[in-house]
Amino acid sequence: MGTPTTQRTIKLEVFRYRPEEEDEPTFQTYEVPYREDWVVLDALNHIKDTVDGTLSYRWSCRMGVCGSCGMMVNGYPKLTCAAFLRDYYPNAIRVEPLVNFPVERDLVINMDDFMRKLKAVKPWIIRKKEQPLAEGEYRQTPAELAQYKQFSMCINCMLCYSACPVVGREEGFIGPAVLALGQRYNLDSRDQGRAQRQETIFGHEGIWECTFVGECSTVCPKDVDPAGAIQMAKVQGAMEYMKTLLPWGQRS
Amino acid sequence: MAEYETLEADILVVGGGGAGLRAAIACAEIDPSLSVAVISKVYPMRSHTVAAEGGTAAVIKSNDSLEDHAYDTVSGSDWLADQDAVWAFVKEAPEELIQMEHWGCPWSREPDGSVAVRPFGGMKTERTWFAADKTGFHMLHALFQTSLKYDNVTRYDEWFVTKLLVEDGRCQGVAALELRTGKLRAILGKAVILCTGGAGRIFPFTTNGSIKTGDGMALAYRAGVALKDMEFVQYHPTGLPGTGILITEAARGEGGIMVNKHGDRYLQHYDLGKPLDVHDPNHPQLRQMELGPRDRLSQAFVKEMEKGNTIEGPYGDFIYLDVRHLGEKKINKKIPFVRELAKNYAGIDPVHETIPVRPVVHYMMGGVHTDIETATSLPGLFAIGECACVSINGANRLGSNSLTELLVFGARGGKNAAEFASENAISDKRALEAQARDEGERIVRTFILKQGGTERISTIRDQMTKAMEAGAGIYRTESSLKETWDTLMRLRERFEKIALDDRSNVYNTDLTTALELDFMLDVAASVAFSALERKESRGSHQRTDYPDRDDAKYLNHTLVYRTEAGPRVEYQDVVITKWPPAERTYGKK
Repeated sequence: MGTPTTQRTIKLEVFRYRPEEEDEPTFQTYEVPYREDWVVLDALNHIKDTVDGTLSYRWSCRMGVCGSCGMMVNGYPKLTCAAFLRDYYPNAIRVEPLVNFPVERDLVINMDDFMRKLKAVKPWIIRKKEQPLAEGEYRQTPAELAQYKQFSMCINCMLCYSACPVVGREEGFIGPAVLALGQRYNLDSRDQGRAQRQETIFGHEGIWECTFVGECSTVCPKDVDPAGAIQMAKVQGAMEYMKTLLPWGQRS
Repeated sequence: MAEYETLEADILVVGGGGAGLRAAIACAEIDPSLSVAVISKVYPMRSHTVAAEGGTAAVIKSNDSLEDHAYDTVSGSDWLADQDAVWAFVKEAPEELIQMEHWGCPWSREPDGSVAVRPFGGMKTERTWFAADKTGFHMLHALFQTSLKYDNVTRYDEWFVTKLLVEDGRCQGVAALELRTGKLRAILGKAVILCTGGAGRIFPFTTNGSIKTGDGMALAYRAGVALKDMEFVQYHPTGLPGTGILITEAARGEGGIMVNKHGDRYLQHYDLGKPLDVHDPNHPQLRQMELGPRDRLSQAFVKEMEKGNTIEGPYGDFIYLDVRHLGEKKINKKIPFVRELAKNYAGIDPVHETIPVRPVVHYMMGGVHTDIETATSLPGLFAIGECACVSINGANRLGSNSLTELLVFGARGGKNAAEFASENAISDKRALEAQARDEGERIVRTFILKQGGTERISTIRDQMTKAMEAGAGIYRTESSLKETWDTLMRLRERFEKIALDDRSNVYNTDLTTALELDFMLDVAASVAFSALERKESRGSHQRTDYPDRDDAKYLNHTLVYRTEAGPRVEYQDVVITKWPPAERTYGKK
């Protein structure tokens, strides 16, 4: 990518795991050119292209929107396309696969469980009756849009699953991004499917598992604030539960 | 790689981006008894639709008309779009976008709750629907999430299709590599829809993500289907130097201006009208200046560079995109992603500073030759979206027509493929399986077990992209294109001597990178060859040795076929229904 500005280098200690060849993961150190405007992903691509083609990882857009390139960078979940070498230089950078996921190979994690949970929350508009297309769009004011917009910004990068201590502890926990996505639809003025998401969001593997550590929102590269979504759902859930305790509140 | 297992569905959708998901949903809705397989080398939400920013065009407001949308598209295409296809496109566009709204896409709104529109380049009337400046992202996720509700849609995430299986004159399946096991399997289907997107990665400097390697184009080309209008490559005028990250046209739609190193709004010198003051209530003017079409703006940059009016940078020359006068509030509301990207990747805040930008390869107008119903010449094979060429984009696509295109033709293609699948059956399962077995053996022999190779993937890839930029870029000549062609032919020979570092099975991205390069070399050759043969200048195809448009000879589509002896070109007339070829005028004369 262009001309190097200096001859400086930086070391990357990269997690390696090739299930066909080794039982245990190892670390491999690569020395790569240091450039001010390079991100960790550029360094990985440099390794793959010119040093060691056996290194496997996911990436595509390199602009923080496809959500492919999440990894642990010095123990912290990051999009590697947005983690600049200059923030670590001159120290070595340790690159590992996202934690709390099984590893397929090298920096590639297994996403099966995440994909299953994503579907479980029914992330689509549910309505009792569809308005015919010929009648045009559903009206939604900017204020109504603002109710859920933030929670619609999730790129499924799964950094929050790596940051969340509950995800690491409780396998069934539906997790921050998916709970935020459930709220995204529950709060959408066009949606009427709240009851159908009830079990996933408010069931025993839903929001009540969350101990409100808030790390999910700290690591989120898109400011989705899953912790806020979960907190909001908890308040709503508690209010609804209280209502059921009151003699006049037992309507569903 | 030696184990084989045959999988089957009624319809195979290759690619899980906007076009693929829209087509899959169309199939699933038409007949719930049909099984649909979405096969993609990445998880659907990683598809490059995600990176589209500014918006998607459809007539919805009372001050607009289908005629205007069609005219803008046809004139934007430099009269190379087929007007029957354009008419179908503009007619079906509004309903498709309303459908996206019903599926939950968070469109930006007017105070009364109706959808908002913004102006884009080359438009008479503002008609671009948007979700701030992450329109593609929101559309892709809405489509993906909606697709989850259909039980008859099965996804094959991270399966890399290496070959189309053709038997008895029909496409009836694909050979696909399952990345997590390294197994190559046959997936059989009664109809196959290609939706693999563009091929920006054949160039060194592109907005396209790493996955945009023209796979579907190469798959069809190798199966004997023509690629159409491949010489037309769109350079977007505003990419960040170095990375090529896109700064959306919406920045100009909202009023951003382009200035050279003297602070001059240089577009006024290129037949694009006269500038108004940025605080003038009529700024920005539609179809003028910064809202001219992309081909003309990118060409103006080169001319400015030749005059020495651009700024030299470490990643090539650039000019400035200035949005400061919009103010922080509007920038945050309308183009927040522009601010985020400029801050992260250019280290500047557009609220206070100008953004360095230069033209960057963005979109392939050409692609797999299809008819207006998305069918290719190979029965059972359909193509949709950027990998296809219907053609509505002709020699230059208008900004915000591509997202709409993948919806309109995604829905059409899904419907047509479903119909085809209900009327046809798999004809010879054994023969198809044998083809897949041969394909598996080819890959093992050519890549995994091959000994004695000396060439590195990245070396050949870098030389390919450099050759494309040098000879088949914004301006081309006979000699530049010939040189590019010769380089590509040498690289094709060298590719035969490729050596993989990785000979394992599980998630072998060294192998997929080699397969992608294999595809790209074919696609790049089709671009260079088609460009050599078109001896005129039209839209994005500018030949300095043939500077004028030549309607007498070239008011037609290039169809390039792959043969043993090299590419063969045919031409097919452009469909003109309403607008005879005329001069493209932008800005008042």
